[in-house]
Amino acid sequence: MKSRIGKVAAYRGEEFITCQEVITFLLEYLSKDLTPEEELHFERHLAICPSCVAYLKTYKQAMHLGRAAMRGETGAASPEPPELGIELVRAILQSRA
Amino acid sequence: MEDEVAVWAAAVSHESEERALLAALRAGDDRAYERLVTENGGRMLAVARRMLRNDEEARDALQEAFLLAFRALPRFEGNSRISTWLHRIVVNASLMKLRSRRAHPEESIEPMLPTFLEDGHSTDSYCDWSESADKLLERSQVCNQVRASIDRLPETYRTVLLLRDIEELDTAEVAGMLGVSANAVKIRLHRARQALREQLDPHLRREDA
Repeated sequence: MKSRIGKVAAYRGEEFITCQEVITFLLEYLSKDLTPEEELHFERHLAICPSCVAYLKTYKQAMHLGRAAMRGETGAASPEPPELGIELVRAILQSRA
Repeated sequence: MEDEVAVWAAAVSHESEERALLAALRAGDDRAYERLVTENGGRMLAVARRMLRNDEEARDALQEAFLLAFRALPRFEGNSRISTWLHRIVVNASLMKLRSRRAHPEESIEPMLPTFLEDGHSTDSYCDWSESADKLLERSQVCNQVRASIDRLPETYRTVLLLRDIEELDTAEVAGMLGVSANAVKIRLHRARQALREQLDPHLRREDA
């Protein structure tokens, strides 16, 4: 299978995929959708690039923060769902008629 | 072993409770309808509020969702939990409202994405954030920044981020709801997460970085 990750740059006499390739294919990497060969390219790049390692880590943190902040899961206890109020419950039940 | 038995017993009890509720709903039992609304309505309203960011529209979406659910009850086969089924319905009702809202061309997400030099190196040098996500979440200012950053995403991307990461629907399901390919959902999700990360980065970077 031909690799989708093609762009490479030389570093200390060896060729590595670029930061652009790593960041572009990050979702596939995290979803385990890369071929073993592509994954190997990824791992080799991450082994020499602290900036991309930090990007990967903060990308995952942003996902976690987004989920928790939007769901209100910011403390130890799960948030209570909002109250509907009697009028709204009544209006919903009346729509059955 | 005892724990496994307890989990199994709870699942069986929940399943039989759901079957009884469904039978009562189909028989037109008023109390069953009231239970359906009061037990699920709050969580559904929270979903509609997240998606629509407008309380009045969220309440409308909730009413429409229940109306659709009542009509669809005879066709509901009980293959999923009632709460899961209602979650999908309120997501769809909210999506319909979002679609009817879109009148102006959407702004581009490009300015919110990372940039690269010609040789493929990042323009920026990335570094860790000051604290773990759990620690950051203890600060209400950070939570507000996160919510505001999601709100600033162009609607097409915000919707996909909400459906995949917050409502936890899978790629195929989101693609079906939005009428786009699974690949388009993946691309939008990745860009939305990148844009969220990029917006938070200046606020959350370690101070010595």
